[in-house]
Amino acid sequence: MSGTFMTTRAWALMLPLLVVMIAVIGWPLVDTVGLSFTDAKLVGTAGQFVGFENYAKMLASANFQRSLIITAMFAVISVAAEMVLGVLAALLLNQDFKGRGVLRALMILPWALPTVVNATLWRLIYNPEYGALNAALTQLGLLDAYRSWLGEPGTALTALIVADCWKNFPLVALIALAALQAVPRDITAASLVDGAGPFTRFRFVILPYLAGPLMVALVLRTIEAFKVFDIIWVMTRGGPANSTRTLSILVYQEAFSFQRAGSGASLALIVTLFVTVLALAYGALVRKAAGSAA
Amino acid sequence: MLKSPMTSWHKTLLGAALVSASFASHAFAETTINALFMAQAAYSEADVRAMTDAFTKANPDIKVNLEFVPYEGLHDKTVLAQGSGGGYDVVLFDVIWPAEYATNKVLVDVSSRISDEMKKGVLPGAWTTVQYDGKYYGMPWILDTKYLFYNKEILEKAGIKTPPKTWDELNAQAKIIKDKGLLPTPIAWSWSQAEAAICDYTTLVSAYKGEFLKDGKPAFQTGGGLDALKYMVDSYKSGLTNPNSKEFLEEDVRKVFENGDAAFALNWTYMYNMANDPKDSKVAGKVGVVPAPGVAGKSEASAVNGSMGLGITAASKHQDEAWKYIAFMTSQATQNQYAKLSLPIWASSYDDPAVTKGQEELIAAAKVGLAVMYPRPTTPKYQELSTALQQAIQESLLGQSSPEDALKTAAQNSGL
Amino acid sequence: MERKSPLFAAFLYVSALLLAVVILAPILWLFVMSISPAADLAAKPLRWWPETPDFSRYATLLSTLENSAGAAFTASLRNSLEVAGMATLAAIALAIPAGWAVSRTPSIGWSLSLVIATYMLPPVALAVPLYMGLAHLGMLNNVFGLALVYLTILAPFTTWLMKSGFDSIPKEIEAAAMMDGAGLFQTLRIITLPLAMPVMATSALFAFLLAWDEFFYALLFTSDQRAKTLTVAIADLAGGRVSDYGLIATAGVLAALPPVLIGLVMQRALISGLTNGGVKG
Repeated sequence: MSGTFMTTRAWALMLPLLVVMIAVIGWPLVDTVGLSFTDAKLVGTAGQFVGFENYAKMLASANFQRSLIITAMFAVISVAAEMVLGVLAALLLNQDFKGRGVLRALMILPWALPTVVNATLWRLIYNPEYGALNAALTQLGLLDAYRSWLGEPGTALTALIVADCWKNFPLVALIALAALQAVPRDITAASLVDGAGPFTRFRFVILPYLAGPLMVALVLRTIEAFKVFDIIWVMTRGGPANSTRTLSILVYQEAFSFQRAGSGASLALIVTLFVTVLALAYGALVRKAAGSAA
Repeated sequence: MLKSPMTSWHKTLLGAALVSASFASHAFAETTINALFMAQAAYSEADVRAMTDAFTKANPDIKVNLEFVPYEGLHDKTVLAQGSGGGYDVVLFDVIWPAEYATNKVLVDVSSRISDEMKKGVLPGAWTTVQYDGKYYGMPWILDTKYLFYNKEILEKAGIKTPPKTWDELNAQAKIIKDKGLLPTPIAWSWSQAEAAICDYTTLVSAYKGEFLKDGKPAFQTGGGLDALKYMVDSYKSGLTNPNSKEFLEEDVRKVFENGDAAFALNWTYMYNMANDPKDSKVAGKVGVVPAPGVAGKSEASAVNGSMGLGITAASKHQDEAWKYIAFMTSQATQNQYAKLSLPIWASSYDDPAVTKGQEELIAAAKVGLAVMYPRPTTPKYQELSTALQQAIQESLLGQSSPEDALKTAAQNSGL
Repeated sequence: MERKSPLFAAFLYVSALLLAVVILAPILWLFVMSISPAADLAAKPLRWWPETPDFSRYATLLSTLENSAGAAFTASLRNSLEVAGMATLAAIALAIPAGWAVSRTPSIGWSLSLVIATYMLPPVALAVPLYMGLAHLGMLNNVFGLALVYLTILAPFTTWLMKSGFDSIPKEIEAAAMMDGAGLFQTLRIITLPLAMPVMATSALFAFLLAWDEFFYALLFTSDQRAKTLTVAIADLAGGRVSDYGLIATAGVLAALPPVLIGLVMQRALISGLTNGGVKG
């Protein structure tokens, strides 16, 4: 069979997927770009062309800058914590002990819990008057009075990050565990004979096996963290005093609550640009990590 | 442009189709209308379902689908459903939205449907809920304001004879309760970053005789508007107010009050009978209610207009049936029957023993409160103004900004 | 086999216990709340276990009595099943030919990369036109419309997983069948697809879980019982007038049950799916 025939056939088989993707992602994206240059409202008026005015206004606004910082903090801290906790849990689960299988099975639970259920659960746990966290901490003597976890800017973002981490670090752990199990036993044994300490062993013997899969997990989790909406919507809606208003919440407010579709679209595209740049930078890192691991 | 000539033959056919269509809708009975309500304050979900059951029993040819969302979702849901052909027919709307809904053609003008009996029977104050630019965009349904609730047992223990008449008295009494060790933080409010905080703020603005807008420009950053926010901040900083108030909505306030963890609470009508129900409440029988206090030399009492109306969406294909439903839900008979969680819009109901019995205290407070109800500003950009004010209130409470600066920033960000 | 010192063994067990507590405590608490009387949940100090477990809330939520709170909940449960089911089926239907094509013809692989890259797009960037488009087609508040939108989240993932599945099936088997005179579709049906069955199952489960979890589009594009999904129903419960925390918890337990069961039963398949994707990128 000729190469052109194969390629044509392959394209034909790809076609249904491509058509759907263009209809439901490609076209809306192009439309969003168009909208972002107008002052269109969500309902009613189609809007006038206003050039880059929306972009200039959004980039200069204090709300946007603050949301960008909050989003970056949420993404960096939660993803970093998920990576560290995930690898530690994986190292633990890679050891031999009774009940290891059960524990590994449990790890799937937080990941399987729907995001909205997770957010609702933690909102109840953090309840300032009747929540389990306040009750547990005071009964253990770690806290002398009930606190408002989601009502203080100092703790609200941290509380969200904890809830997000709890759901996502087990996934990182499972990915890391699978990678660890690919490390040949004789290599670790050999390094033991060489007298390598546990940290040296981790750094030079084990980490190279982890680097590739962890990088992929890192990229995916960072992109997701940057787009975060659900957990914040359910737990704080961006409060208190906008201290947890991430970019996605800000876009929602602009486009849907205030019904300014035009400037909402420009804001959404600015966010998209950030995520893309992030992903490309990470992509380069992944390739580098993959190169050094090989 | 091509003009397609419509022949008489076409017209006849079209007419026939229309006639048969209208026959069909009668012959085949069932029309389904979709109605959007909120799951927060006022009538409970169970009440609304029971009222609707009564309606469908009386009108078997109309089926009503009910949808309940939190107050926080009510506005966005209504606006978003505009786009869907099969969206809501009847929507509940807050007193602050008719300006925007009328401007964006979300609701239809129902002025012609409102009868003279309605106009005469309903309290004049209630009509402001549904009016914009001289037109009516629905029927008022929930006539509500925030009252000051107090726990009689705790006040008695503290040796307080009468509940506060001014906001300063409230602080003084709360201080006695705190100092006697009865409760660490006696006052509960709903100051979460939400519309609820604006309602509490507006109550205080009305007490301090402040103004939101003057000639369409923000005026809340000076005078009474500033005093109101200062009062909130002082109450918060003094420790008399439950610090968790800054993440409370109305339901959290109710929970705290019903649990006996608050001596005073600002909340809507519905809390009176709910907190008096021994099934869910630990303070049943100890619930006192008075109009929200005033400020010496300025006002006797204060109140926010927290009323809500039922309107027909512009996208509705069953406007007649929708109006029938609205007329039933807002009728005096229905409202009198369910007058426990929300008080009727009808003037004569307030002298009807069937309505007042068992809640004389609430009715007494309502007579004062409803008369001094103060409106939140009427502007199509209300959502932006409110969002800016919510931020100002929270930043001042949290000490991130002084009330002066916070309100100035809010005035700049209000979009007005 | 390396020998462990007793100290290290003790450290292992303590860490394992700690990890188990961290994972389990919140989930158990969700369940305990769902069976605790409302008074227990508002008690100070908090009661950690109800004197008499109360399962009545499950009956309340699962009742199908017309015009009741339960009916609204079960309607959303049904919508979630319908939307996730339809979107999953469609995603697999698109993924099989596309995944096979890319696997066998690497020269068109860049198109799949492009499809996968759409994952970076935040849903807010597409929401406004999608909203207007669905409105135009009369598909707002409609399970088909929502399933169509979900397809864009599911299809890239399933295609990617199916492609790596096909990669592990040797081309030679297919070539041999074709030599014997079988056509392309016959070969796929008789040889390739049965071999790819496990991957297909994994992809379908993933797709289902993704759709079950989705909240943002459902929040925007659905408005009532005709299409509202479980995630939105729960967010409404948590945000509205439900002073009984136990009822919110019950809704959470019910919504979590299907994915958690899938996760536990199929965990080996899910993990291998995840790590395959993870390792191969």
